[in-house]
Amino acid sequence: MSDFVAPLLNGTADGALLLVAALGLALTFGQMGVINMAHGEFLLAGALSAYLTQQVISNNDISIPVALPIAFLVAGVLGLILEATLIRWMYDRPLDTLLVTVGVSLALKQAFLQVYPSGVPVEKPSWLDGQWHVFGYAWPLRQVFTIVLALGCLIGLGAALKYTSFGRRIRATVQNRALAETMGISTLTIDRITFFVGSGLAGIGGVAASLIGGTNSELGAKYIIPAFLVVVAGGLGQLKGTVIAAWAVGVGSAFLADWTNGSLAQVIVFALVVVFLQVKPQGLFTVRTRGLA
Amino acid sequence: MSALLQAKWEPLRSKWGPLLGIAVLGVLLLVFAPAVLSDFRLNNLAKYCCWALVAVGIGLAWGRGGMLVMGQGVFFGLGAYAMGMHLSLEASDGTTPVFMILYDPTTGLPAYWAPFKSGAFTIFAIIVAPIFIAGILGFAIFKRKVKGAYFAILTQALAVALATLITSKIQWTGGDTGLTDFKTFFGADLADSDTSLMIYLITAGLLLACLLVVWQLYRSRFGELLVATRDAEERVRFLGHDPANVKLFAFVVAAVMASIGGAMFVPIVGIISPKEIGAAASIFMIAGVAVGGRAALFGPALGALAIGYGRSSLSEQWPNGWVYFLGGLFIVVTLLLPGGLTSLFGRLRAQLRPRSAAAEPAAKPATADGMAG
Repeated sequence: MSDFVAPLLNGTADGALLLVAALGLALTFGQMGVINMAHGEFLLAGALSAYLTQQVISNNDISIPVALPIAFLVAGVLGLILEATLIRWMYDRPLDTLLVTVGVSLALKQAFLQVYPSGVPVEKPSWLDGQWHVFGYAWPLRQVFTIVLALGCLIGLGAALKYTSFGRRIRATVQNRALAETMGISTLTIDRITFFVGSGLAGIGGVAASLIGGTNSELGAKYIIPAFLVVVAGGLGQLKGTVIAAWAVGVGSAFLADWTNGSLAQVIVFALVVVFLQVKPQGLFTVRTRGLA
Repeated sequence: MSALLQAKWEPLRSKWGPLLGIAVLGVLLLVFAPAVLSDFRLNNLAKYCCWALVAVGIGLAWGRGGMLVMGQGVFFGLGAYAMGMHLSLEASDGTTPVFMILYDPTTGLPAYWAPFKSGAFTIFAIIVAPIFIAGILGFAIFKRKVKGAYFAILTQALAVALATLITSKIQWTGGDTGLTDFKTFFGADLADSDTSLMIYLITAGLLLACLLVVWQLYRSRFGELLVATRDAEERVRFLGHDPANVKLFAFVVAAVMASIGGAMFVPIVGIISPKEIGAAASIFMIAGVAVGGRAALFGPALGALAIGYGRSSLSEQWPNGWVYFLGGLFIVVTLLLPGGLTSLFGRLRAQLRPRSAAAEPAAKPATADGMAG
């Protein structure tokens, strides 16, 4: 039983972390067509915020909950700066945003490496020390915390998209940018806010990642490609595709790693995504619109 | 220059100019460089030529075909590891290489290593393995119309996956250390400076040959179809062509060039490790192409040579600064000069040309610069 439960639960936690990383990407990629390779470094910024918060607030039980909004803000503002300085000039050539953000990602990563060559240790709060016994498997609470956090982000984002006027504007822009503009929606402002929220989510993901593994300059590089694969497999414009894909990649990798080993699992998951795209080239779900874009 | 002379000169220039350029580059690389450069510098130049080989392929796939290949490290690695296996076996006289024995004294030579004892098979593998892998992958991707960023992400993911796989199979690949301690290159002593000169000449010759290949491809109907596919894939489809086949061919040719570059890299540098083929290395391979000018004939190769030189000279004295410089290059070039440095010449020429002559080819720049992603 434990052979089955352990990878399932671990994989779900991995998937949850991937989901937080991928949600922001899905938002910016899906709405604006921007491929932000620096998203991984925004995760790093989130992890760094957690570390710095702990330097100020020594009580770890409080510092992590405090760090979450701070990380969101820090990464979000980084995203805003990126949008305002570089990305706004290249909305008409989406593939080039990839190259520009590769440059940003290289520079940010190097800056982190220079200031913190050996990474930053983020301490776990004591209330995450324990385990939760599920079907005979001692599930570390920090994994449960990741899932709770991911669900929180998902529900928050989903509700915001569905029930607020801001969310309606975002969805309108995704579905048909030109028509949204003619309806008086300032797509420029919407894009900017979307980029802020998407990048901010990366910050939250960074806090979660720092609690699970170590935090060094490779943190972003570790998550960016799997997160993009999740977005690609999940399809653009809808959250449910991203959710299912993240969970499938997380659990799939965990089982495959259990049966073979971690690196072979990575290769197989990649192959599976390519095969999956044979069946669904647009990803799991796509928004069908009359817009030609 | 009179208008009449210009009218005669223009078609001649556009037809034979590139060939002349390749000839000039050939003289520089094959005659001039060996005459003036020290052994050490020449060996470095040989290394840059390997990256330039990869870059020529990227220029074909990305510049002309619009496929941003972010995982050329994979094909570079295929060629490099094929060559590395052969050279390891040469060094160990066809018995089990030392690193395998160190890992597990009882081990024998793995079955898939055995054919690489043969030099002919190694060369065959260097050409055929990338055709095979790029063929299958490209067929799967292009037939289903996966393109743009999706394609870029998938290729990058492949590079990450291969690097991780090679790192983990220490017993067969040497893991992080990679394959090294080579002694001979197809029988020639690697410590001998004549051998390094020969390897350099082969590499430079291959680079020139690849430039000739893409020059011929660019002026053929295929080249036009490739650019058409990049700029308006749907229209190409409506005209009765299958864009997938066009892209597949360009992707495979690019993969073979990357593989050749990788294969020559190994005897020159003396080591091949996963670091040279992973995500960062693959991104580095794009940098030269972007800087030089992705759609130009010479842009990618010259850009890669320059970036290679920059990496060696800057990263020696200023290792941190080099990464910022590379990142900054990506940003500045993409933002301000998407056609790369070679597009500056085109702009300059347009500026210098008399107004009347400049007005006539005004419809052309869209194809010449190739800004479309």
